[in-house]
Amino acid sequence: MTQNTLLDVKGLKTYFYLEGKKVAKAVDGVDFTVNPGETVALVGESGSGKSITSLSIMKLVGKPGKIEEGQILFNGKDLVSLSDKQMTTVRGREIGMIFQEPMTALNPVFTIGNQIKETLIRHKKISKQEAERKAIELLKLVGFPRAEETMKEYPHQLSGGMRQRAMIAIAISCDPKLLIADEPTTALDVTIQAQILDLMDEMKKKFNMAVLLITHDLGVVAEYAEKVMVMYGGQIVEQTTVENLFLNPKHPYTSGLLESLPSLDKDVERLGAIKGMVPAAHEFPSGCRFSDRCPHVMDKCRVANPELVTVEPGHNVRCYLYE
Amino acid sequence: MSLLEKELEKKVDQDYILEAKNIKKYFPIKGGVFKREVGQVKAVDDVSLSILRGETLGVVGESGSGKSTLGRVILRLLDPTEGQIFFDNEEISKMSNRQLRPFRRDMQIVFQDPFASLNPKMNVQELIEEPLLVQTDMSKSERKEKAISLLEKVGLRPDSRLKYPHEFSGGQRQRISIARALALNPKFVICDEPVSALDVSIQAQVLNLMADLQDEFNLTYLFIAHDLSVVKHISDRVAVMYLGRIAEIAPKKNIYETPLHPYTEALLSAVPSTDITAKREKIILKGDLPSPSNPPSGCAFRTRCPKAHERCSLERPELINVSEGHFVACHLYDN
Repeated sequence: MTQNTLLDVKGLKTYFYLEGKKVAKAVDGVDFTVNPGETVALVGESGSGKSITSLSIMKLVGKPGKIEEGQILFNGKDLVSLSDKQMTTVRGREIGMIFQEPMTALNPVFTIGNQIKETLIRHKKISKQEAERKAIELLKLVGFPRAEETMKEYPHQLSGGMRQRAMIAIAISCDPKLLIADEPTTALDVTIQAQILDLMDEMKKKFNMAVLLITHDLGVVAEYAEKVMVMYGGQIVEQTTVENLFLNPKHPYTSGLLESLPSLDKDVERLGAIKGMVPAAHEFPSGCRFSDRCPHVMDKCRVANPELVTVEPGHNVRCYLYE
Repeated sequence: MSLLEKELEKKVDQDYILEAKNIKKYFPIKGGVFKREVGQVKAVDDVSLSILRGETLGVVGESGSGKSTLGRVILRLLDPTEGQIFFDNEEISKMSNRQLRPFRRDMQIVFQDPFASLNPKMNVQELIEEPLLVQTDMSKSERKEKAISLLEKVGLRPDSRLKYPHEFSGGQRQRISIARALALNPKFVICDEPVSALDVSIQAQVLNLMADLQDEFNLTYLFIAHDLSVVKHISDRVAVMYLGRIAEIAPKKNIYETPLHPYTEALLSAVPSTDITAKREKIILKGDLPSPSNPPSGCAFRTRCPKAHERCSLERPELINVSEGHFVACHLYDN
């Protein structure tokens, strides 16, 4: 690990213990790093383990799930070994988080102002008056023109886009070094999505935050991230720069995803669908987890799961085609 | 030949399966102790469109644009407040439910959420047989045969016919919904966000399936979606809706290559692109969609429009024909 790595996830495994002694390996050996000020995207379909990875970093995985193995080094400190109490000083303060559905992430019985002030008072140990002033400032920053009135409003009085702005205000209130954004724009319309992504980019530059962006939308990845990890079946199958991923995808799953995407920029007669579906986390095929759906499957793919190997500097792929 | 005659001749040539004229759907807002009507939500406000036999008309718009309500009004799942609907040249907008029944077999719908639109207490066989029971006098064995052949058509194993909806994934459930919609060999299918709940790899499977079925059964689709790339892929013509009205309607090529309405331009520019070599100029619209219960005066888009001028707040723009098949409702284009 280099001197200035902000987040260094090593060999992370998060398992869920299901009824009947079944084990769902939702995250199964994930390694990646995030440098300060960098936007790293974690992309995958439902069931790929991308959200559980982000929840593991925040240590928010509840029963029956458990971080089984691995280290999460944040600023050199291992989050896995921290107690729940110690974790509360990291969460919300050093790591901010925005979720997909701001209506469920915000508390419906408290005003927006209350919820921003709560975070500030808790982590920054400042007076109520100061918190009030700072909260109004934050709301103005994220684009509420009538910030003073918004302070007194409840989440249900705001539109989806405005709620997500309020979430961002809370997330950045303590100047976190890392912002984890889990599908931040999935519930929003495209014109509102553009506003929110633009705002996140602006905040990121202003506060020199690193962003870990979890999304299923490859378009969002292409436009907003610098590095990208593609997840499938609880593991990273391809890890590289955004440019490499879109111009020179290596893993058959990545190319399959790109071909199955209808695009505004090109016309295709027929989409290149990937056959079958994502396997459930407790019944992965033996061998490569993508083998049942892969157009290039070979005999050895069914025997053992390939390792993530570096095929060229800064480009890692988990596939026997490149070994 | 006069212009009118030319227009008439064109009409005769073109074989419309569906024509909607000046459709309005207003929902009352009730308030106060006596639940009196205190206002109206103009979900669909004066929309006219026609669909050619065998074509796919895409309808795009953001939430609250009225696209789903329009679909439901066309099928008479909701009654229009005003306007006429012609299906196969017969007016269905005033028919009673009994009169409508024979038309129902020709018009079907596939909904967005395959978790909510399939009865969890019925197995696949019963789900697919239900329309056959209601509309035909097929025998039990004929119905079973039909169900099996439909399952094969949509790419499900025939032995899955005794399973219940919860045993399937989202993509498979959407295939069941499609099989059910096709059970009566309809001519016209409304697809209301059929792939927006699905992952991309599954979305591609379902879109390909829908295209295949369209060829095989000569179906006409009204495809409602918020995803501009999906609509571009599947449609022949596209209508862009904003706050209950059509902002622009044109052949697909025109909409995506030479959009005229400022809203269409902004919408297209806002879609994140996977083509990292061709960065598009982004137009970021200010503000949210206004409430359809209290729309802005004049042009409904003027509050967010980067090109709004004085006339836009005074006068509502009507759809005007700017080129072959390309209609736009914007004051920039009428002189």
